[in-house]
Amino acid sequence: MSIELDAKIPEGPLADKWDNYKEHEKLVNPANKRKFKIIVVGTGLAGASACATLAELGYQVEAFTFHDSPRRAHSIAAQGGINAAKNYRGDGDSINRLFHDTIKGGDFRAREANVHRLAQVSVDIIDQMVAQGVPFAREYGGLLDNRSFGGAQVSRTFYARGQTGQQLLLGAYQQMARQVGLGNVKLWNRMELVDVVVVDGRCAGIVTRDLMTGEVSSHSAHAVVLATGGYGNAFFLSTNAMTCNVTAAWRAHRKGALFANPCYTQIHPTCIPQADDFQSKLTLMSESLRNDGRVWVPENPDDTRSPDQIPEAERDYILERLYPSYGNLAPRDISSRAAKRAVDSGRGVGPLKNGVYLDFSDAIGRLGKSVVEERYGNLFDMYRQITGENPYEVPMRIYPASHYTMGGIWVDYELMTTIPGLYAAGEANFSDHGANRLGASALMQGLADGYFVLPYTISNYLAPFLNKPIPDTSHEAFGVAEQQARDRFARFLSIGGTRSPDYFHRELGKIIWDYCGMERNRQGLEKALSEIPALYDEFQKDLRVTGDGESTNQTLEKAGRVEDFFELGMLMCHDALDREESCGGHFRSEHQTEEGEALRDDDNFAHVSAWEWTGDPARPNLHEEALVYEEVQLQTRSYK
Amino acid sequence: MTTQNHGTLTNLTLEIWRQTGPDDPGRFVTYEIPEISDGASFLEMLDILNERLIEAGEEAVVFDHDCREGICGTCSLMIDGRAHGPQRGTATCQLHMRTFSSGDTIVIEPFRASSFPVIKDLMVDRAAFDRIVEVGGFISAATGGAPDGNLIPIPKPVADAAMDAAACIGCGACVAACPNGAASLFTGAKLAHLNLLPQGQAERFKRTEAMVETMEEHFGSCTNHGECEAACPKSISIDVIAVMNADYRKAKFKNRKSLSRV
Repeated sequence: MSIELDAKIPEGPLADKWDNYKEHEKLVNPANKRKFKIIVVGTGLAGASACATLAELGYQVEAFTFHDSPRRAHSIAAQGGINAAKNYRGDGDSINRLFHDTIKGGDFRAREANVHRLAQVSVDIIDQMVAQGVPFAREYGGLLDNRSFGGAQVSRTFYARGQTGQQLLLGAYQQMARQVGLGNVKLWNRMELVDVVVVDGRCAGIVTRDLMTGEVSSHSAHAVVLATGGYGNAFFLSTNAMTCNVTAAWRAHRKGALFANPCYTQIHPTCIPQADDFQSKLTLMSESLRNDGRVWVPENPDDTRSPDQIPEAERDYILERLYPSYGNLAPRDISSRAAKRAVDSGRGVGPLKNGVYLDFSDAIGRLGKSVVEERYGNLFDMYRQITGENPYEVPMRIYPASHYTMGGIWVDYELMTTIPGLYAAGEANFSDHGANRLGASALMQGLADGYFVLPYTISNYLAPFLNKPIPDTSHEAFGVAEQQARDRFARFLSIGGTRSPDYFHRELGKIIWDYCGMERNRQGLEKALSEIPALYDEFQKDLRVTGDGESTNQTLEKAGRVEDFFELGMLMCHDALDREESCGGHFRSEHQTEEGEALRDDDNFAHVSAWEWTGDPARPNLHEEALVYEEVQLQTRSYK
Repeated sequence: MTTQNHGTLTNLTLEIWRQTGPDDPGRFVTYEIPEISDGASFLEMLDILNERLIEAGEEAVVFDHDCREGICGTCSLMIDGRAHGPQRGTATCQLHMRTFSSGDTIVIEPFRASSFPVIKDLMVDRAAFDRIVEVGGFISAATGGAPDGNLIPIPKPVADAAMDAAACIGCGACVAACPNGAASLFTGAKLAHLNLLPQGQAERFKRTEAMVETMEEHFGSCTNHGECEAACPKSISIDVIAVMNADYRKAKFKNRKSLSRV
């Protein structure tokens, strides 16, 4: 089957493309908008903002979340901030500079036109969120404050304490709640997508499962938006919330939506290391700590002294030694690899020897404890709460962890997937961050997609369907999908093996982390591609799901999500194996410079790898979208 | 199970509320935890128990949880009669076993409030909170027409006070802790956040009236016990209730045609 990957990039110079698109797109008359129904799955930043805006415009919107309330979506956990090219500091920022920083940060593997549009609408996001009452940090004069983040030489990050994601999500949730109150959005909570329905090559709706009653039901619409987040929980341990999963995206993939660049995963360098085998998740400590903390490990792997007893001469400040010009502020992917190499060489610290020190004693000596407390007090408290150790007295221990996934469902410039009428927004799509995302850009992208992109591009799709009938839920395709879903959950309940879904998730995560984590190579990936199917086979035979399918059953929900992670995990490895280069978060140890840095191959891999489901997870079908750069010069990233 | 630098707790007894559905009367069931690392979080202890139950062919204990970083507000639980357990300013997901001692009996119940009906075991339905927000917990600002973000300067103390109130995670501990099952801390926090900001002034009294009256349809009345502030995992101050009450009184008398006059 051949699929034509047309990104539908508008004509004209890069800076004019989005304006050209908006001038020429097809519109739906305000009175006719109510004749169209749009389903939005997921209510994080992208989903909630899309629901609010589409409903304000007059469309009938139905929103689905598996949480008890839309406000629980994982966007809420973002700490640091949101980028925007406002240039309020007068420090030389501009749309063009934000665009270039994002393209370079992504190691030249993102689509130019999408990234430029993102930079353009970034300024509108801040205005919109201020108008909604988001309490951004202010200076004493009352104007908005900014901070700096990695990968940029300007100060363009807006923030609300260490809770920027929470405040932005509540802003978008409240706009959506207003539309629910007005009757323009119908909210379905505790409902999970279990399938996407395609009729005559177009998305006709979705099949859901009620998480309180187990009832499987169908919902038809003119268009469906998936804003269902990333797949970082494929690694089992990650900074993602416990219920983050790939199911919605994966169900769409199995129905024909191509999945792009699944091997582009971001490993964040500063997380609290795993403390025990039963640990359920990892906690992020903000990147900002590296402004004053120094990363080191003992020179001697057998050193058992407490850190304050190890003299300066016997410490290895790894980032300061390897990257003297950026030091402890080297970018995420590079810092993560340096920590991993130190631990792999046996010099890890802590009881499991699985971390590196992040030491504030110099900063406390230089600035005083009160200044350090003012800057990082809430983070130090959180660290103490989790580890029981006092970071003012002993160095923090940190280690990299899975945090964000740049890969996702392939979308064109309009954010439409390869299934017409099906859209993907926010972390669920692949389009804006290339092979590595810069800090404070995820919130920007989620809100850009939901507030400022989808409302335009969806009308362009819907306009020709005015007054034309669409398949309703009595169409046999819905019935078939419903029955398949019921059969699938009945199958999980009937296996009657000995192991829980969490057991398989943990084992699967270990394989993916070991062989498709921070550093990959052919041998390891091939090993993973033999181990994952073997474990999957065991899952099919030895899974045990207790309880029933007619009331809340979190074990049963988990079984479906773990099964989808199995198939996704295989695709991640296939993609990592196929991409014979290193770029951003994808580091193939065969492809590195003499200094151990990522070695890109622009001649052979300046493309998006978009994978097609063939029915056999061992044999996905690859399609390529060439990345054509009109404006940007490809360079090598260096932080030496 | 391996333990590291942490200690180990032994011989814990859990009294957990089990209820098969909204119509089941429910009952306590006793579970033994022979050994657990004190570095485990409270919810990880429940994960371990659930693993054990599943492997023994029993149904896992249902409980709400998600981010496990104290920010999403999904987790709940009455632990030894206290919403989110014994540690002040801490959500259940951030509570660690080192707070307890070997030999303890720990009683675990769902949030108890008639406005939060039990769905199953320890999971409750807090949708009434969404109903309060839907009638006024917002500033009406349709996408597209917003003026520049720096057009209206907001004094830092005002922005900080709004942020203090906006830190609410909507977990419902305030309702569960209140002897009357009142939602005044939740509603007051949202009203204080929006009513303090210049952007929130146009709808201030309409918002206050709508939210307070919807709150009263669903929840009990506040009689100033102050249990809500003590239970709040974000330590939201009870002052927000004073802001709410003052604005509600004004809402009943204010001539809205004169809203733009100071």
